[in-house]
Amino acid sequence: MTDFAGYGGATPHDPPSVDRYTYDVVVIGAGGSGLRAAIEARLRGKKTAIISKSLFGKAHTVMAEGGCAASMGNANPNDNWQVHYRDTMRGGKFLNNWRMAELHAKEAPERVWELEAWGALFDRTPEGKISQRNFGGHTYPRLAHVGDRTGLEMIRTLQQKVVAMQQADAVELGDPEAMIKVFAETTITRLVTAPGSGGDDVIAGAFGYLRDTGRFVLFEAPAVVLATGGIGKTFKVTSNSWEYTGDGHSLALLARATLLNMEFVQFHPTGMVWPPSVRGLLVTESVRGDGGVLRNSEGKRFMFDYVPDVFRAQYAETEEEGDRWYTDPDNNRRPPELLPRDEVARAINSEIKAGRGSPHGGVFLDIASRRSPEYILSRLPSMHHQFKELADVDITAEPMEIGPTCHYVMGGVEVDPDTGATLLPGLFAVGEVSGGMHGSNRLGGNSLSDLLVFGRRAGAGAADYHSGLGSSIPAVPSAAVEAAEAEALAPLDRDGGESPYALHAELQQMMNDLVGLIRRESEMKAALSSLAELRVRYASVAAPGGRAYNPGWHLALDLRNMLLIAECIAMAALERQESRGGHTRDDFPEMSPEWRKLNLVLSMDGPEHVSLRRQPLVPMREDLLELFDKGELEKYMTDDELTGLPAASEGSH
Amino acid sequence: MGYKAKFRVWRGDAGAGALMDYEVEVNEGEVVLDVLHRLQATQANDLAIRWNCKAGKCGSCSMEINGRPRLGCMTRMSIFEESEVVTVTPMRTFPVIRDLVTDVSFNYAKAREIPSFTPDPSVGLGEFRMQQIDVERSQEFRKCIECFLCQDTCHAIRDHEENETAFAGPRFHMRIAELEMHPADTADRRSIAQDDFGLGLCNITKCCTEVCPEHIKITDNALIPMKERVAGRKYDPLVWLGSKIGLARPPKETPKVPGPTK
Repeated sequence: MTDFAGYGGATPHDPPSVDRYTYDVVVIGAGGSGLRAAIEARLRGKKTAIISKSLFGKAHTVMAEGGCAASMGNANPNDNWQVHYRDTMRGGKFLNNWRMAELHAKEAPERVWELEAWGALFDRTPEGKISQRNFGGHTYPRLAHVGDRTGLEMIRTLQQKVVAMQQADAVELGDPEAMIKVFAETTITRLVTAPGSGGDDVIAGAFGYLRDTGRFVLFEAPAVVLATGGIGKTFKVTSNSWEYTGDGHSLALLARATLLNMEFVQFHPTGMVWPPSVRGLLVTESVRGDGGVLRNSEGKRFMFDYVPDVFRAQYAETEEEGDRWYTDPDNNRRPPELLPRDEVARAINSEIKAGRGSPHGGVFLDIASRRSPEYILSRLPSMHHQFKELADVDITAEPMEIGPTCHYVMGGVEVDPDTGATLLPGLFAVGEVSGGMHGSNRLGGNSLSDLLVFGRRAGAGAADYHSGLGSSIPAVPSAAVEAAEAEALAPLDRDGGESPYALHAELQQMMNDLVGLIRRESEMKAALSSLAELRVRYASVAAPGGRAYNPGWHLALDLRNMLLIAECIAMAALERQESRGGHTRDDFPEMSPEWRKLNLVLSMDGPEHVSLRRQPLVPMREDLLELFDKGELEKYMTDDELTGLPAASEGSH
Repeated sequence: MGYKAKFRVWRGDAGAGALMDYEVEVNEGEVVLDVLHRLQATQANDLAIRWNCKAGKCGSCSMEINGRPRLGCMTRMSIFEESEVVTVTPMRTFPVIRDLVTDVSFNYAKAREIPSFTPDPSVGLGEFRMQQIDVERSQEFRKCIECFLCQDTCHAIRDHEENETAFAGPRFHMRIAELEMHPADTADRRSIAQDDFGLGLCNITKCCTEVCPEHIKITDNALIPMKERVAGRKYDPLVWLGSKIGLARPPKETPKVPGPTK
């Protein structure tokens, strides 16, 4: 048998060489946030590179199904940014960065309309406006959507906008890539810093490799935007794609930026549970928004038993009221299936643990008995397709089996709300890799709008930062490039070490078992000691083969990021002794007003050591506080915080 | 429940390669991509596969399975007999990078030649008004996940490399149709569809429609209606006469976008 392993391309023994490029702004990540940031930087005249870990147009944004939340008021004229703001803060259990939530609620409609001007074709209302659908935690129908493939529409529109700008440059400058270029299938392994004019370190560039040839590439750029998405591949059961290995979180941390609230990981309540090969695959929340209900093995709509006190006033108490809400939302309260995701995921978990689960260890999601096949096919075509093709289930005729799946990380790089700037000058972060916007739990539909609103802001922030530098562009130190090369080559140079695939599988199983939906102190401590052991073994990970398109090598490099981020999650989860949003402690089941005042900030205080500190939350601006009833705030805040409240907030809603 | 499947996988690069035989475990409910991943993790760590979502939404894991262009993530193992040899090869139309991964840059180059969405600049943000029935035609084409299986299967380029400059392929003929049918677009791409993108070379054998994992009716709903529009533009005698005698203004034609001049 001929062995083609390692066939072709550069081998580890070729002389190291690095392709160098110079840009004003480099955006790492080509999903919704990265593309929107790059478009903004280019619109502001900056020479911009887009680094895409996959092919152009394949990023994780394509998997977003339900829609993009924006209070356009097309479906219900009572909607406005204040209502969206309130919903977002409630969903995040008031731990959100309130300024981000404010900007998000205010600017989302314009960002959606902008997509339409770039060619997006959203579903329409009878008046010809953009249709909006119901989703968990949103008071009114608010999600602009295209069937259940909204993310695909968004990424394609942004991709095509980039192409349109390249076409204009081709006409004007003779080269479509003169001002904005996509580096497809390129992975960044290190951010490069250098002493800035003030003496402190600033961003000088980014180092990585091209997947097809394995060649190294250095981007010399003073402004870098992280738009790398999430961390889901750290867990076994996840809705996330291959790329979600915590790259940006890790790059930021290693370059001495800070991470915020990494304990908050969203487990989406409805992932597929069977067959095993698709376990975790997302089942859109739109199923519930469009009338689907959750039932246990006894056929009971169990969500009525799980409405927490803080949401009691806003949710129906009977099935009849919940069902009336779909057609008469002004006079009825919404069904509890549409509680925020953290609540629904915990409820499902409890039902399964109590022995009332479905045959394959989930619960039932039933839309077949409640809506006509025609309606289901028009509203949920991808879901129909997905279940038919992958599970032999016809969702127009039978219920789905679903269970919680790791879906989104609320924690992320600490940023300035207005510009996306991190604490490291020249480094910006946007989208899932950034932290703060969603507090302890993100509402469905708020991710796609987050990408657009803050993508534009981070692109502008990076462009302005570049302009402010004038001619003082930091140079890339050659030692940093050599160190990055050596680090990247190490797994290829080792013989007979640990398999990256095996180590990854162990990490995912361990995180699923010990740092999943429900957490306790002993398990987090076990996770941390397990991570210490995995880190030692990681030092001997070996990737057989050459540098040309070698997935074993790529995974070996991604593992560094996953191990680091897993440690951050476990550390923060051990520290926060309360239950809130995407962080549920079995040993501390209550939400604590004292803990609400604290962010947990992670940073590196040595090449290997992550440290954690508590950082007070900035109190909410008074005019925003006044958007809530005092009675509601009492459920979240300490007495000290409440005594300072203006009297005007009493019963304003 | 599980069994050992016989897999024959093409390994190699642009220089040379061969089909290699493997035996891999298969469990209930799995797809071809699951089996390739198990092969990669246990026997061939450096097996090059392109994939992302494993949910049929991103269009990355395009390959040929027993000779048929398919997505690895949407091809259930249950369609094969347990004794059957499953042969997996890279898409034949595109140059191989390594193993099952091909260079699909041809497609991105074609995409850049098609004049983009061109709305009426006087319509303000949020002021577009379109009816559902009117957006649905283009929406069908926008379901495209750019897996390029239609490009791979189309004999006009699969068997005729010489057509690659003159023929954009079904994915991009459909993109032109999508823009032409977009209710808010104002450009006219009918002439270039024929002259620059080779729509006339399509002889509607519907191979593209057959392999589309999104079940888009590429031929019936995009290519044939687009051919009719081109014919109307070019050969309708009334349009011809009207433009000759100056009664009808010829429609504004949008030119193809130039590539790099260097």
